[in-house]
Amino acid sequence: MRITSKGFVNRDQEVTFLFDSKPYKGFVGDTVASALLANDVNLVGRSFKYHRPRGILGIGSEEPNALISVHKGGKIEPNIRATTQEIYEGLIATSQNSWPSLKFDALAINDILAPFFSAGFYYKTFMWPPRFWEALYEPIIRRAAGLGKLEAKPDVDNYDQNFAFCDLLIIGGGPSGLFSALLAGRAGLDVILVDENPKLGGRLLFENTIIDGNHCSDWIQNCLGELKSLENVRLLSRATVFGIYDQGTFGVLERISRHIPDSDSDTVLDCFWRIVASSSILASGAIERHIAFGNNDRPGIMMASALRGYLNHYGVAAGTSISIFGNNDDAFNTAYDLNSAGVEIAAYIDSRRDADIQGDFPIFRGAEVYDTGGRLGLEHICIRDDKGERKIQTDCLGVSGGWNPSIHLSCHTNAKPEWRNDIAAFTPKRQSISGLIVVGSANGHFTTSDCFQSACEAVNELLKSKGKKVRRKSYPLASDLEYNISPLWAVEGNKRAWLDFQNDVITKDIKQSVDENFRSVEHMKRYTTQGMATDQGKGSNVIAIALLADASGETIERTGTTTFRPPYTPIPIAAIGSSGRDKGFAPERLSTTHAASIKLAAPMIEAGLWYRPSYYPQIGENNWLQACNREVLYVRQSVGICDVSTLGKIEFHGKDAAKFLDFVYTNSFGSLAVGRVKYGLMLREDGFIMDDGTSARISENSYLMTTTTAAAGTVMRHLDFIHQAYCPKLHVRFVSVTEQWAQFSVSGPKSLDIISSVVDEPFNEKDWPFMSCGEVKVMGIKARLFRISFSGELGYELAIPSRFGGSLFDLLRLEAEQRGGGVYGMEAMNVLRLEKGFITHAEIDGRATAYDVGMQKMVSEKKDFIGNKMAQRPGLLDRNRERLVGLKTNGPQSTLTAGSLLYNTDDELLADNSQGHISSVAFSPIENCYIGLAFVKRGPERWGEKIKAVNLLTSTDSNCEICPPIFYDPDGEKFRA
Amino acid sequence: MRIICPNCGERDIREFYYRGSENDLDRPKLEDSLLNWHAFLHLRDNAAGEIRDLWYHEKGCNSWLIVTRNTITHDVISTELVNSEDEGLA
Repeated sequence: MRITSKGFVNRDQEVTFLFDSKPYKGFVGDTVASALLANDVNLVGRSFKYHRPRGILGIGSEEPNALISVHKGGKIEPNIRATTQEIYEGLIATSQNSWPSLKFDALAINDILAPFFSAGFYYKTFMWPPRFWEALYEPIIRRAAGLGKLEAKPDVDNYDQNFAFCDLLIIGGGPSGLFSALLAGRAGLDVILVDENPKLGGRLLFENTIIDGNHCSDWIQNCLGELKSLENVRLLSRATVFGIYDQGTFGVLERISRHIPDSDSDTVLDCFWRIVASSSILASGAIERHIAFGNNDRPGIMMASALRGYLNHYGVAAGTSISIFGNNDDAFNTAYDLNSAGVEIAAYIDSRRDADIQGDFPIFRGAEVYDTGGRLGLEHICIRDDKGERKIQTDCLGVSGGWNPSIHLSCHTNAKPEWRNDIAAFTPKRQSISGLIVVGSANGHFTTSDCFQSACEAVNELLKSKGKKVRRKSYPLASDLEYNISPLWAVEGNKRAWLDFQNDVITKDIKQSVDENFRSVEHMKRYTTQGMATDQGKGSNVIAIALLADASGETIERTGTTTFRPPYTPIPIAAIGSSGRDKGFAPERLSTTHAASIKLAAPMIEAGLWYRPSYYPQIGENNWLQACNREVLYVRQSVGICDVSTLGKIEFHGKDAAKFLDFVYTNSFGSLAVGRVKYGLMLREDGFIMDDGTSARISENSYLMTTTTAAAGTVMRHLDFIHQAYCPKLHVRFVSVTEQWAQFSVSGPKSLDIISSVVDEPFNEKDWPFMSCGEVKVMGIKARLFRISFSGELGYELAIPSRFGGSLFDLLRLEAEQRGGGVYGMEAMNVLRLEKGFITHAEIDGRATAYDVGMQKMVSEKKDFIGNKMAQRPGLLDRNRERLVGLKTNGPQSTLTAGSLLYNTDDELLADNSQGHISSVAFSPIENCYIGLAFVKRGPERWGEKIKAVNLLTSTDSNCEICPPIFYDPDGEKFRA
Repeated sequence: MRIICPNCGERDIREFYYRGSENDLDRPKLEDSLLNWHAFLHLRDNAAGEIRDLWYHEKGCNSWLIVTRNTITHDVISTELVNSEDEGLA
């Protein structure tokens, strides 16, 4: 029911929204909860376990009952709290956990069967017979489980992330937070204030407190006015600090467009912030707690402070004849405000005999509510006092069991809170998090004046620690009175009394937990599921702890709390993962020929961060293999061009460059002549191969190393470590020049023709023997020429500064095509290298040694180098190791698959019988069969033997022959020619 | 987590590569026993408290660093260059 004279919603702007398909009207500024209450709707959901009718309980993010789904289709979001979802024109909200309807829910049968569903029911019931679990129990439980439903459709919303840094982060925009921001802002600190609500003001938005002679809403306005004028203060509303992490890092979720109509535009829904602040003030306020009494979960039973908030802020009375039940002075404020607004107070029930309260409505001191009645909503309450028991007709009951400071964030790095008897609540331990000061009601200061004072002290302490001038202590005076409380956790009675509303945990469950010896607070939590729902027991945990203490004969202090973990409130994973969606900021490295390859319709494949052409299709070809075979024959018969720019290139300079390379490689580079190239093998310190590649001696004191494309970063890291950790005194400097040079392989019998034609000076073949290198000019541009071959044919690699890469590629392609050749991609390159038995990271996969790949001769015995000692371990030189061999099938019909295991023909297919595995395969147009490289036990001793390749994934096998790992031109006559 | 790089200042952990214990700096000599080498490569303390680890500022200045931090409090206590006496510049 709307109260005409009260509230801050905008009554000029009416909006219509849907709840369970029925239209309701509210005003701009309403939440779903306040608008439903204004329409006299309080039945909003069903509980999780017993499917009990449930209504709105609270007014903020702590709400356990009023969970709704908003939107529909791919945008649907379950478990949104109706108390925080602002309404807008056309909002679609749906209740949860009921079928077929909220008013008649089939699973409400669970409530009647409740005696069978006590705590531990699942653990005890679904144990046997064991085979029933998968077939029967699990499917049934899964169907009933879960709050809300997810659509199995892609999330179409946008999410973003942001980073921020500041001197002081203030968490919470109530009186304590705002006043802290004001003082710190005036002192010149760089301040960010974050608050989870749409409007700043915190609890003051719901109160009629007088501050320095004026209504508290005036104080908020003045304070915000000044804060907005300060450039060093940033205010972030609709944003929740959900976690505190090490080194002053805070996780924040900002809800950017959840309160505005869905427009299918590019609007960002949520933004995930990481805020770093050396100092922080926690002003997160306090949450009112319930009292456990019989049937305390009916719709219409709400928190007393929420009732007051709905009245003062939204102008809504949640009932027509309201009762209040409390154990502290604050509850009276609700009765007072409602009564002043003309709402009937049916009864004021205070558990304290000596409660000092006055009012012109029925007051019961030393009294308790022990039961309630009403089918889908509250109709009456049953109370008892010294005079006996009586029934009171009432449609709404406000309950206050006292206030719990919101200490959650202060415990996120594992600190435990302290128990305070005077306020019957846990408060944060001082300095539980480095740099964090807790102020206001979050620290147990339950009057507005005390909140201001604690904020003032905190900011002064902070300014002092930062060496800033501290001002005289002065703060506003507020009208609210002392807070007195006498703990009351549960009322005696034989009816079920609820603690955790979301998970349907009742007082009896706690007793049963203790009876069955789950006495530790962590055990009780897991046994009863207390506090394990989406509200994480914000309103109920402390009562449960008090009851556990009582049942186990412990103090509350020694019983302690369970562990607090982020997030404080549920947050969408989509927001945290926003940067990982699609490619995000993942870099793409494109070579200078990328555009040309795309134009030639080459499918591009990833190699590390690089993209390389797989093959270049031509009209008339039906599959990649035809293109690949053609490209292989270019190289074998005429000439092929391939972009090899993506290989890592590292340039070394300095008089100790040779010494350094000798320490890095297994073989000697100091003895390499200037103008010569050598193949080098690099080990890890544990003796296994790290990478291989050629290195060229450009001049006396400079070398150029090449690495595998995808291993370039790893090798650089390795080299930097060796240099900085083991030989910083060597005169050597090195730097990656991968992106500075575009490099092309020109391979095949006609490669010499092309090189002679493109270099400026007359080209004398005799000056460029196999494994030589040097400078040439191409159209006047300085280039580097290497006589090296990864294909087994006569071959050259020509490198040119990157900006000319595209042009040189076009030129080389034209030259090749004129000679019956053309460009080739990775597939053809793989076939060519396999036919020659050249290894790649498919072979040197981190488990192979130089001995395994037949390169033991390249391991020097004369010098110290990385990996030398460990490579000599006897186990790594055992002839039974799986060592490199070649494999070939019997004709093109018999295929091979990389990764297949190898077995002796007659052996059973058991892991122990495996003889090794295949590392690479290709179809060889030269051999006209499939060939492969493989690692086989005693491999090199078994040439000519038959072996069976088994692919356990596809259940196929093929017979093949073990052979030397070189299929083409075994003596290297062609590339040396 | 953030690390103060002696060259670049305070940076986010995502700029760094983690290697492991500073043990890796004490490389034995070639003539040392295999047992020594085994200890160097494989044996590590698992200390609760202060530890000294090697980190590489890979997306920054490419320096290898020794970072002292506390595995109980998660404090990052200090950072120094592995190579504090590079004479190569001379």
